[in-house]
Amino acid sequence: MFLGIKACGMPGTYIPSNYLPILIILIVATLVGLTPLILGVLVRPKRPYSIKLSPYESGNPPVGDTRYKFSVKFYIIAMLFMVFDVEAVFLYPWAVAYDKLGLYGFIEMMLFIFILLIGYIYAWEKGALEWE
Amino acid sequence: MSFLNLNFMYIKPIAPELIITCIALILMLLDLIVRRKEVIALVGIIGTTLALYLTFKVYGLAGPQTVFNGMFVLDGYSSFFKFIFYINAILTICISLKYMEIEKAAYGEYYALLLFATAGMMIIASALDLIVLYLGIELMSLSTYILVGIIRHDTKSNEAAIKYFLLGGFSSAFLLYGASLIYGLTGTTNIGAIAAFISEKGFAGNQMLLLSMALFTVAFGFKIAAAPFHMWAPDAYEGAPTSITAFMSVGPKAAGFAALGRVFMVAFSSIKVEWSTVLIPLAVLSMCIGNIVAISQTNIKRMLAYSSIAHAGYALLGVIAGTNSGLSSMMNYMFIYAFMNIGAFAVVIMLRREGFKGEDLSDYEGLAKNHPLAAALMLVFMFSLTGIPPTAGFIAKFYVFMEVIKTGHVLLAVIAVLFSVASAFFYLRVVMYMYMKEPRGEVILTTSAPICIALAVTALIVIVFGIFPSSLLDFVSLAISG
Amino acid sequence: MTTLQIFFIYFAVMTTLSSILVITRKNAVHSVIWMLVLFVHIAAIYLFLNAELLAAIQIIVYAGAILVLYLFVIMLLNLREEDTKKKFLSQWPLGLITGVVFIMFFILILGKITVFPTPGKYSVEFIKSEGIMMTIGKVLYTEYLLPFEVVSLILLVAIIGAVVLAKKKIS
Repeated sequence: MFLGIKACGMPGTYIPSNYLPILIILIVATLVGLTPLILGVLVRPKRPYSIKLSPYESGNPPVGDTRYKFSVKFYIIAMLFMVFDVEAVFLYPWAVAYDKLGLYGFIEMMLFIFILLIGYIYAWEKGALEWE
Repeated sequence: MSFLNLNFMYIKPIAPELIITCIALILMLLDLIVRRKEVIALVGIIGTTLALYLTFKVYGLAGPQTVFNGMFVLDGYSSFFKFIFYINAILTICISLKYMEIEKAAYGEYYALLLFATAGMMIIASALDLIVLYLGIELMSLSTYILVGIIRHDTKSNEAAIKYFLLGGFSSAFLLYGASLIYGLTGTTNIGAIAAFISEKGFAGNQMLLLSMALFTVAFGFKIAAAPFHMWAPDAYEGAPTSITAFMSVGPKAAGFAALGRVFMVAFSSIKVEWSTVLIPLAVLSMCIGNIVAISQTNIKRMLAYSSIAHAGYALLGVIAGTNSGLSSMMNYMFIYAFMNIGAFAVVIMLRREGFKGEDLSDYEGLAKNHPLAAALMLVFMFSLTGIPPTAGFIAKFYVFMEVIKTGHVLLAVIAVLFSVASAFFYLRVVMYMYMKEPRGEVILTTSAPICIALAVTALIVIVFGIFPSSLLDFVSLAISG
Repeated sequence: MTTLQIFFIYFAVMTTLSSILVITRKNAVHSVIWMLVLFVHIAAIYLFLNAELLAAIQIIVYAGAILVLYLFVIMLLNLREEDTKKKFLSQWPLGLITGVVFIMFFILILGKITVFPTPGKYSVEFIKSEGIMMTIGKVLYTEYLLPFEVVSLILLVAIIGAVVLAKKKIS
């Protein structure tokens, strides 16, 4: 019971125990990252002045703003990447279950890829993949 | 396993969808080779006509045919809505050819997207599963968002697209929320199985079911632009290219009604009383806001946007009736609305020319003096939108009102008639401007052969079905029976 | 309290907290970083729901692709001025009240639910013996064939949309 809701496939009924190593890695990684920072704060002397606080640009005095307007072409690339990323995600379970699906599964996945291939040809021909 | 013996005859019921999709894909590729947009538009029209022919051939013949594990159905109900979508697509292609050139946004993708949106609508009308329904809605909406913002150099068009996109995404979230609740309750997303489970277990009064119904109402309310979920409509309709305004005021609205009818009449059939009590305020508010606010509009696209909200209210009455004949009166309404609304937008488009918007009501002053034929056509469409006999708009309203009265909502019918009368004020103001005022400057109409054909067809249908409604009514009743 | 409940409460609290941080940060880049934290914790909740594929998708697609897209959009807009402006519109209390009322309403209704559908054939044990990818693969590409193919159309429209709306010069 949680908030009066009876458990039915709720968290708390299933233990993803084979993910324990990942959890341990995450904890270790966090510790490895945090410990030097905390140690540094505790040990180092603190005498800040403006030049010391300015961003390091290979020894030159810093020029301009760090944030500037990106070109819109980055957006198209990111968007296309996302679409094909989602396509790739659909391939995982298909690849695993491939021998059970047979020819039928092959045809439907080819159809799926074919439709996105048209999108790829389209984007290519329109010059969306060129760095103008 | 069952899928192994699936032979390819199973694709027969989805043949129209396949054709529309294939044509859309071909148009995308054709756009890369062919320069002339007329060719692309023509291929689009031919493909849609082919799909229309296929749907017509099976229309009213056999009972419902379900495929894909009961996720997709070919029945009279879906076929009838598909006719509306085909007509919507064809007429929109006709009126946009010249117009998109004037707007300097004559892209070939435009026609492909129109067909993708149409394919989405067709999937919505045929969906028997909430997942398929959702995906159909997304396919339709995503294509429409892009079409709204397709005039890239016009900030108004961009703004309209953003607004429509944000609120559309919001409404999709409501739909998913409602669907997940009902899945949690019944353990299935199949619309028929949901209804069976609810009636079997006697869940009719279950609060989760009611909450799910409320969330579905919000989602569909957005799609059909019914008040109080209409906020996006005026801005999106005004900013969008006029041809797309015509497209989205008919197609997505009819698709929303198709989904509303299917989900509420089948999945929520056990809580009919509850949903009709929820829909009644929606209908009254839509008629009220649509008709009253339209009076103060000076931009004709904005005025027609509010009119479209009001018409959603009228058509909702057919659903509220909650009977099969009520549903068919709603379908009849959407069919007629498609013609009269696209016709009206076709006239609006003709006024647009290089350097002249022609969207202001004052631009219509004295139109009858210079262009008597265009003014007469606009008069027909305005009369029809008001619901004055002998136009088809009257037939549409008459049957919806009659169905509501039959089920005992007399007061609702009286309110609807009163708002109908009020709507005469702003529709007939356009007519008054055209016929009673002196022309202020010379208005040059941009005409082309396709737009003339579209106007002729819409005007003819509006008049013919206004005088001889029986053939249309027979046609609709075939949808409910078959 | 079992260990599982402790885990669940940790992830639930972190999900809520980080999503609140996402909408309250003035700097949009900070919001996106908090969103990354949010996505990772949601992925963990999926794991506890025995939805391993969803957890993987959450990391690959959301944390991998969508977050990058968000970052690009933020850099595209260069929101220097917005940093100094007020974060919320003046109507935010109204939104908060609506949200709280909605949550109360939801808890009230969900708390009353006593009936659940009979569990389907895909129990935890079944999935354990079969493997999650295999189970999903067998269902997705047979029963859910139609939705699967419609997804490809939606992705295709997304490609067209990106090119039509964002390409500098289109012929």
